[in-house]
Formats: sequence, structure tokens, C-alpha cells
Amino acid sequence: MSTAAPQPTASEAPGTASGTQPGAGRPAPDQASVMRQILSGNGTVTVLAIVLSLLISGLLIVVTDEDVQETAGYFFGRPTDMLAAAWSAFSGAFLALFRGAIFNYEASNFEGMIRPLTETMTVATPLIIISLGIAIAFKAGLFNIGGQGQFIFGAMFATWFGVSMDLPFGVHLLVVLVMGVLGGMLWGSVVGLLKAYTGAHEVILTIMLNYVALNLLAYLLNTDVLRREGTTNPVSEFLPQQARFPLLFGEGFRLHWGFVLALAATAFAWWLLQRSTVGFRLRAVGANPAAARTAGISVKGAYITAMAVSGGLAGLAGMAHVSGTEGSLNTSVAGSFGFDAITVALLGRSNPVGVLFAGLLFGALRAGGVTMQTQTGVPIDIVLVVQSFIVLFIAAPPLVRTIFRLPAPGAAKARRTADPVTQPAVAGAAVAGASGEAAVPSVETQEAAVAAESAADGVEDPDPAPTAAEPAPAAGADTQTSEKGETR
Amino acid sequence: MSATAAEKKTVAETPDAARRGKDDKPLVRSWSTPILQTVFALLSLGLFAIGAPAHDAEFRIATPGDLIELAAVTVPAAPTLWVLTLAMIAITVLAWVRAAAGRKNPVWLNGLYVFAFVAAFLIWVVGSATNNSVYLTGLIAGSFALAVPLIFGSMAGILSERSGVVNIAIEGQLLAGAFTAAMVGSATGSAWIGLAAAIVAGVAVSSLLAVFSIKYLVNQVIVGVVLNVLVIGLTSFLFSTVLAPNSSELNSPPHFPNIRIPFLAEIPIIGRILFDQSILGYGMYLIVGLLWFGLFRTRWGLRVRAVGEHPKAADTVGIDVLRTRYVNVLLGGAVAGMGGAFFTLVSASSFSKEMTAGQGFIALAAVIFGRWNPIGAFFAALLFGFATNMQYVFAILGTPVPSQFMAMLPYVVTVFAVAGLVGRSRGPAAAGTPYVKE
Repeated sequence: MSTAAPQPTASEAPGTASGTQPGAGRPAPDQASVMRQILSGNGTVTVLAIVLSLLISGLLIVVTDEDVQETAGYFFGRPTDMLAAAWSAFSGAFLALFRGAIFNYEASNFEGMIRPLTETMTVATPLIIISLGIAIAFKAGLFNIGGQGQFIFGAMFATWFGVSMDLPFGVHLLVVLVMGVLGGMLWGSVVGLLKAYTGAHEVILTIMLNYVALNLLAYLLNTDVLRREGTTNPVSEFLPQQARFPLLFGEGFRLHWGFVLALAATAFAWWLLQRSTVGFRLRAVGANPAAARTAGISVKGAYITAMAVSGGLAGLAGMAHVSGTEGSLNTSVAGSFGFDAITVALLGRSNPVGVLFAGLLFGALRAGGVTMQTQTGVPIDIVLVVQSFIVLFIAAPPLVRTIFRLPAPGAAKARRTADPVTQPAVAGAAVAGASGEAAVPSVETQEAAVAAESAADGVEDPDPAPTAAEPAPAAGADTQTSEKGETR
Repeated sequence: MSATAAEKKTVAETPDAARRGKDDKPLVRSWSTPILQTVFALLSLGLFAIGAPAHDAEFRIATPGDLIELAAVTVPAAPTLWVLTLAMIAITVLAWVRAAAGRKNPVWLNGLYVFAFVAAFLIWVVGSATNNSVYLTGLIAGSFALAVPLIFGSMAGILSERSGVVNIAIEGQLLAGAFTAAMVGSATGSAWIGLAAAIVAGVAVSSLLAVFSIKYLVNQVIVGVVLNVLVIGLTSFLFSTVLAPNSSELNSPPHFPNIRIPFLAEIPIIGRILFDQSILGYGMYLIVGLLWFGLFRTRWGLRVRAVGEHPKAADTVGIDVLRTRYVNVLLGGAVAGMGGAFFTLVSASSFSKEMTAGQGFIALAAVIFGRWNPIGAFFAALLFGFATNMQYVFAILGTPVPSQFMAMLPYVVTVFAVAGLVGRSRGPAAAGTPYVKE
């Protein structure tokens, strides 16, 4: 294996919404084929999935609305009443969502108008960081369902070091930050080590360790280790000011420097995955562990690294949440971040830039959901429904295509539209079908596999000709390892 | 059990033969059980036996109105703890000797070990608590009540995973069942219709799992995780908008009464859990038995297991792989739906937000700890139900062990199980892999 980091030929997917760009510098394809490319691309599926999910949730809101139910009673007498009520329920909810998430046009001053947007960014901060961790694990072919536990460990470490030490400004924040990362890394590495050396399945491990972490947190918050002095409630002391992230726009807004950290983390994740040797190894193992092993990459090492980095980022998210937004630790600190992160990573197609935008979108849904609940009485739980529908639709592009009668991508292109994370079998089958028998993987084919895999992530590579030597990538990032006697 | 035992034998014999033959490398793996048993025996020695409480532990058994009223059993803490600990040490020594010869302790001996540890733990806890008396029958019945939905959930998991579809969505299926049972049961006033609706809801959730993972080949773990979130979101949303405002009409479900079998229900300790159950409790026994028989004694079971282990081979001999998977996943949904109904039609008075609270994941743990065997999962679920119940008992007794550690137990045990520290727990080979016919 060459030591130099490879330079994948495929460019980064530009965000989530615009994954389709015909290659520049090539003879312009005719109009119809451009249209076809756009319609069958991942970007379209993503946008349609979001629209479809919002529509379904809107339908739920309308159906459960009391005015609508009342007016439906005399629907055949005066149908316009019900339609008007339905429209008001629908638009009321989504306008409130918009006002809470992006721009409050009803506010009296400028600060009030843009506050929702900063709220969205505040909520998105830990979500983006933790989702980057999940995405990196995905790239290595690992399902880190344990974001919650690693988040909690990061938050616990950060809180303990934040509360029990007294250091000058700057240094203290740095110590808390490093400890948060270490906490998450510790909990993530446990999974990586067990997976690498015993073959235990990371999904089961992480789910179980989430609950262990939750109970440990509850225990520590009920003892003097973390509990605030003079209270019996399970809450910690407030972090001192020098261990907190400074506010970004002054007292009027909750937005803190953690958001900048989230941007930096995105850049780091991108660099790690696309430009570093470590990232290359992770992706190679994720694409095809057996081939990676043949090529001389330590699969065990990759699993441990991936889980450590993934956990570290989750820990950083926990730290950012405690030190930035919350200021103290409580039993529900992790909320649903761990599971939201999985949906964010999937929506962003495990691509750091995509994750950034997906995290912002889900942050907006959360922030807007609060406003929606207070102003229109629609429970914030609808946000969960929206999120899960988005991911379901995104994970099954054929379904969205069937619903909207979009053209299916050609057989040669199936490789690109089948996500290797969500649809390993499709991705594997398409490549196997295109290239016939998979050749014995060599160093060169490894690079090709990784390049192909990153191309599969939503970049429209204009050249559909399959490389003959391509091994079947990702015919189960998961399944390939089963030869080691993996537990489920 | 004999079929599984026989199976294990054939599976175990091959590596054993290899061990005795040439290299002793695979022997390393088999040391984990004696090591683990040593750790727990030392724990028992240090904590329970040497640190035995001065108080005796009293276990009340009789329920007022029992036919035969048994007197409370007072266990002298120190001597009993020493006996139990020595028994554990003896089993551990035997395990070491056997492991050196490349063999293992029989399952019943390991079961005895676990029992001794649990008993020692219980005596120690009760002896050192502020209140030295505990109602044993209530403790067991309570554990059992907590275990019933776990058992239903784990049967659902086994049904679907034995056919090769990983079912992380047990939690969602339970929750959907609980919600629907409460709503429909209240609206119609009939627990039976509520149960039927819960089954339909469980099937609905599992049909999503089936369609997405079998037809659209989406990764099964992802679908499972997302379905859980979806069901939590949907039920919470509908609870706030529909159930909570009309709780008298829509969220006060009728309950299944307990059917007490005369005489048999009077048997001390086990009478209540075996012969004084609701219809769902009895149904649970029936399902566990049927599923075990079906999986290991019938042609259907053989086919299902073949599909879960090696779908290609199964396809070659003419088994319809996809159909088998669909049927099993949907059946699993039905069973989990019943388990969900247990929450609102038997144990709790009404539906509340996220009332399953991670039980689906404990059920998943029971599947793994029970090694994908209905009987094994049944006992694993009982153990986990006991651990959950101990949390509440601890709070009442005022014990030295924090309740959170009890709550952790099922999860820690499962981590050990999948890591191969308490015997190897290996699932169906093809679970998690979509099948694409070539």
C-alpha cells in the first residue's frame, strides 16, 4: 500500500441538495439526457424525500387538527369550511416552523427576526459534530448506534473537569474540550476493540453500551461525584465561565463558539476522509474489508481507529452541548442526539459537507418544532416523524422514483445511486453485474474501489464506463467480515 | 431442548476434535468461561461470604388466602452465603479442569452457577438492607410481569432473525402495539378487539421493515433504527393530539382479567406465575413452546433456519427465500404487537408516551443472550425481568447497591455475551444480509 494519500478523482459532493452536476469540460450532452441525469440523481431523490416527508407530516397535522375534525362533520354540506380549516392548520404549522427555524417576520426588531436562525445553528452545533462521527464510522463500514453513549461520556468528562478544576480562561476550556473528546473516544474505543478482537457486532455493542452510559450518568448525578451541592436533583454544578464557550453574538443570542468548532470539525472530517492516509484506510476497509486486508491494511486497526474517532467526535458534541448550550449536566443531556445523528449522517450520505447541511436542516426542524408547539399546539414529536420519513425515503431511492415516476438510472449507473451504506447488496450486485467476476484485488484495484465508492456517494461521474478490474465493493461492509465468525 | 443440545454437540465437536488433534490455539477461546466464573466466584467470596451481613434475610412466601400457607423462610445469611460461594468455587474449579482438557462444563452446571450467584446476591442484599424481609413470591411474580413483554419481543426477534432479517425494530413494534391496543380497546370497549388491533399494528410496523429490507434492500439495521424513531414520533404525536384530550374515550382501555386455575394457582412461589395469569400470559407460554417446536421439530423450522443460515443453498433446493422472510418478519410483528398489548391491556392502566422505554432493546439482548433459541431467550428475558424488578425492590429495601447498576445488568451481560465472554453467542449467518437472486 502506498503511503501517500490518494487523490480521488471524484470531486466532493456539493451539499445535499445539488448532487447533480454534469462534468465540466466535456461535450455538452443533449437536453434530454441532462434532464434525465438530474431526475435520476441523488440530489433529486434527497429533495423529493424531504418534500414528501413534510407533506406526509402535514397530512398528519391536518387530520389530527380539531377544527378540521369538526368541519369534516358537515363536509358534504359546506366542504369549503373543512378545506379552509385544513389549509389553516397546514400553513399555520409550517409557517410557525419557519418562524421558529429561520426568520421571524413577525418580530418587532432585527434581533428578534434573525434569532430563530441563530437558534437553529445553536441546536445544530452538537448535532453536526456527533453526526460527523457517525458518518466516519459509516465510511469504515461500521454502524455506530452508540452516539448517545459516547455523547454522554464526553459530556460527563467535560463536566467533571469543568467543575472540579480552576484554571485560567482559555486553558480551562481547552482542557474541558480535550477531556470531552477523550471521554467519547474511550467509550467508542471499547466498541472498536471488542469488534476487532472478539468479532462482536458493533450494532449490538453500541446499543447496549448506550444504556450502560445512561445508567452510569444517572448514578453519578445521584452521588457526590457530579451532583450539584445542596440539591437532591440529578443535576451537576454549572460550569465556570472560563470553561464555557464564549457567546458568538453577545448576550442576546444563545449561539456560541461551538458552532465555529462544528465548522472546524466538518473541515477536519473532510480532510481525514479525503486527504489523509488514515481516512483512506478507513474507506478501503469500509468498501471491502477482505480486499483491504489483502492489500495490507490492518482491518482491526481501522475498526479501532474509526470507532475511536467516531466516539471522540460524539464526545466533542457532548462537550459542546454542555459547555456551550446547557452550561450544566443533567440526566437527559443526550436527548435524542445519538439517534438523530444516524439520520443526519444518512441524509448527508456520510459526506462531511452533506452532514453539515443535513445537521442544519434537522437543527432547523428541532428549533422550529419548539415554536410550532408553543404557537400552534402541534407537538414537537412530529419532527421525529419528518426525520424518519426522510431517511426511509432516502435509503430507498427506487421507492421515491416510483412515487414520482422518475426515470430509473441505467444499469451501469445503479452503482452510483445505490448507497453503499444503506444498500450494500444493490451496490455490490450492480458492480458485480457490470464487471463480471471480481478479480483478485490488488493495490491498484483498492484505489479504484475507494474512488468508485466516493463516486457512489452522490457525485455524478459523467463517465459511466465501469473499470474492468473493479472488485465488488461494499457487498456488505457488514457481511464481508462475517468470515471471522462475527456475532451477528 | 434435546434438538438444540444435539445441534450444539455437532457444532462443538468439530473444533473440539481439532483441539485435541494438533494445535492448541483454539483452546484460548474456551478459557473465557472459567476466567469469568473465577471473577464472579471471587466477587461472591469477597463481597457476599466474607462481608456477609450480620442480619438474617427473611423471605416471605405465602400470599394471604393461600391454600397452604407456608411460613416465611429465614435464611441465616453468613452460613448460606458461604455454602453458595463454595458451590460456585467448586463449579469454577471443575470448569478449569474441564477447560484444560478442552471440554466445557455442562449447561445445567453453569445454570446452577448462575442460580447460586443470584441467590447469594439476593440474600446478601436483603441481609444488608435496612429492611431485612422481602416478599419472595411478589418479587418473582413482579419479575415475571416485567418479563412478559420482553419474552414476546424476543420471540419476535427470533422469528425474524432466524429467517435472516435483523429486527432492531422490536421496540417500535411493541410501542405500536401498546398504543393501538389502548386506543382501539378503549374505543370499542373490548380488550379482544384491542389485542387484534395491536397485532395489526405490529404487523404494520414489521411490514415496513420487510418491504424496505427485503424489497428495497435497504440495510436492515438502518430500517430498524429509523422505524423505532418513526413509531416513537407517531405515537407521541398522536398521544398528544388525539389520546390525551380524549383520555376517557380513547385512553382508558379495558383489561384482560387474570384467569386463576383452581388449586394449581395455590402452589407456593410458582403457582402465581404459572397458573394465575391473564390470557396474554398463557398465550406467551404457548408461543414460546410453539416457536421452539416449530423451529427445531418441523419442516417449516428447518426451512426457516436454512434461509437464515445460507439463503443461496435454501434457494437452490427450492425454498422461496423472500417469501419465507416476509412471512417470518410479519409473524414476528404480530407476536411483538401482542407483547405491546400486554403493556396497555394487562400491566399498565393506560398508554403513556414512550412507555416501552427501551424494553425492545432488552428483548433484543435476550435474543442474543438466549442464542436465538426460544427457550434460551425465555430464560434470558426472565433474568432481565428479574434485574429490572430488583431496581424497584432495592428502592423499597434501602440497599447498598445503587439501582442504576441493576438496570445496567441486562446490557452488560449482553455485551459480555456477544464478546464471547459468557459462551459464544453467534446468530444466524445470513442475518443482516439482503438476498438478491442471481
